[in-house]
Amino acid sequence: MEEPRTAPVTFEPWNDPNETPYVRIERVSKKFGEFVAVADMSLDIYRKELFCLLGASGCGKSTLLRMLAGFESASDGRILIDGVDMADIPPYERPVNMMFQSYALFPHMNVAQNVAFGLRQERIPRSSINKRVDEMLEMVKLEQFRGRKPHQLSGGQRQRVALARSLVKRPKLLLLDEPLAALDKKLREHTQFELMNIQEHLGVTFIVVTHDQQEAMTLATRIGVMNEGELIQVGTPTDIYEFPNSRFVADFIGSINVFEGRIEVDEPDHVIVQSDEAGVPLFIGHGVAAAPGARVWVAIRPEKMHISRDDPGQQHNCVGGIVQEVAYMGDFSIYLVEIGGGKSVRVTQPNLTRGNPERILWDEKVFVYWDDTSAVVVTE
Amino acid sequence: MTSKGTPALARRITGQAERLVVRLTGATPRRLIRRTLQRIQGLGRTLVIAIPYGWLLAFFLIPFVIVLKISFAESDIAQPPYTELWEWVEGQYLNIQVNIGNYKYLLDDSLYWKAYLNSARIAAVSTLLCLLIGYPMAYGIARARPDRRTLLLLMVILPFWTSFLIRVYAWIGILKNNGLINNVLMGMGIIDQPIVMMQTDFAVYLGIVYSYLPFMILPLYANLEKLDISLQEAAYDLGARPWRTFLSVTLPLSVPGIIAGSLLVFIPAVGEFVIPALLGGPDTLMIGRVLWDEFFSNRDWPVASAVAIAVLLLLVVPMVIFQHTQARSAEAET
Repeated sequence: MEEPRTAPVTFEPWNDPNETPYVRIERVSKKFGEFVAVADMSLDIYRKELFCLLGASGCGKSTLLRMLAGFESASDGRILIDGVDMADIPPYERPVNMMFQSYALFPHMNVAQNVAFGLRQERIPRSSINKRVDEMLEMVKLEQFRGRKPHQLSGGQRQRVALARSLVKRPKLLLLDEPLAALDKKLREHTQFELMNIQEHLGVTFIVVTHDQQEAMTLATRIGVMNEGELIQVGTPTDIYEFPNSRFVADFIGSINVFEGRIEVDEPDHVIVQSDEAGVPLFIGHGVAAAPGARVWVAIRPEKMHISRDDPGQQHNCVGGIVQEVAYMGDFSIYLVEIGGGKSVRVTQPNLTRGNPERILWDEKVFVYWDDTSAVVVTE
Repeated sequence: MTSKGTPALARRITGQAERLVVRLTGATPRRLIRRTLQRIQGLGRTLVIAIPYGWLLAFFLIPFVIVLKISFAESDIAQPPYTELWEWVEGQYLNIQVNIGNYKYLLDDSLYWKAYLNSARIAAVSTLLCLLIGYPMAYGIARARPDRRTLLLLMVILPFWTSFLIRVYAWIGILKNNGLINNVLMGMGIIDQPIVMMQTDFAVYLGIVYSYLPFMILPLYANLEKLDISLQEAAYDLGARPWRTFLSVTLPLSVPGIIAGSLLVFIPAVGEFVIPALLGGPDTLMIGRVLWDEFFSNRDWPVASAVAIAVLLLLVVPMVIFQHTQARSAEAET
């Protein structure tokens, strides 16, 4: 007999009113002279979360991380970890550990000494230190490199030493500053999954700072998108990707086609947006929280658009155009279709047929269309 | 070369010449020029290295060999005041007389090895004092705001703009019995009798530390400035308090700077002559003064040369250590 399938485990402490957040960031600001690095930011992070702070460089995400670690103090607001205000607690007394972007391995110590450093600061017997160091090195598969100095290791090995060193004290909260930025693509993908496994296995709360949206999407339970010191949107990867709250988020995560327009018909179950850029009325199959006549942006992901030579006969959401560019990526192809008025849309299609002889080529006249539910409407 | 107006004959000659060049050298003229340029470039590289080596050869190695030669000679009332090491006897055979008596004399006479020991002690203590004063200064400069750093460094280097001799002389005016310090203290009624500072070991230490402090600060600064601040942050993050962080991270990583600075102070301090001569008393026995006396008062050039060679040998040891650590740290960086 077949085993009954277990119910899918949902991990959404942010939706549970009984959960208390582990990290509370309350209206925190950080100014360097005139420059505002973090502006009046509030955020709650829960136990065992893998929270990604995502943003371009200089958006304040690293400053926030450094405030959590205690290397910078907030100009305004409070940071609480496990209910304790961190304002007067120096970094060496905080219950957090950090993995630095540069790894910051001590160059004069070997791998084992680096990992043991944190434990040596406490009154732990030597035998127990050795045992824990061995465990850590085993977990990151570096047992045979324990006597090497950091400069004798590869980038990936250094990254694992840094991870082991930051985890050996069993922190409740681990801060990771661009943990995978220095690795090459193949290794990065592999390490992403390793990080997730370790996080799950140890039950540590991770806060990861990254500028790589792919990385954030893969790793995170929730993502916080930052821009110019402000938190623009917080949500699960799906939320952020499928329901962006602004053009900035829509544009920052993945690629997207945006049409500017005005709401013409506003019904509870659908709206119609008149857009000069699209050239056709855009039909959205759900209500929108915006007044008729309001300026809105209709955003559609490239993979949610379809492309064909024949008119699909759709009443709405179909534009004609000419193929400008075709990029064959192997698993899918990207088409840039000019739809008139100088506007191009980006459409991706999976390559389902091997060596498809029917494939669409340059300069062909095509139709681009999408479903009523595919578009997102944002008002800012 | 083969412009429109060139007569056919000239063109043919050039063509032939080019072919000849190609046949002789296996290269077209353009390649030939490039090769010649490369050769000159290679020569330039050699020259750049050869000039300083030539300088060292002419003004260090040759004088050193001469001093070495004199140290094996015997004192003589002559011009120059020492015997020749070798001479042709009746044009038949070479007579070489090597006298190691000067070196034996250095060992026998307690004056010399006491002067050596005293010099080494004064230099070592001064180096330690420079390190204790210079390390916090270098660290402070390295961690200052970048725009202030230049100013602070300039202030360290500023004393060099005045002659070393004048600066040491100036200390006499400050330290002597009716000098600045004593006058101020007596004027304020803190002391009735002047404190004797001139012609003491204290004045010598003061002079050496004052004069050589920049040589300690600059290499330490260069080292500490390169030190990645995230290493210290990592240590804090792992629970190390500031003092522990300093002892287990900052200090070990600044060892190359400490060694460089210490040698830059120790080596010249051992042979220092001006400071003990001006500020020290008659009982401040330093090898630099002994050397001076031997050359100019006793006019015993061979013994003086032996003293100089012995000082050099004494200093080779720390220099070899320095070279060794430099090479090791260079290796670690790659």
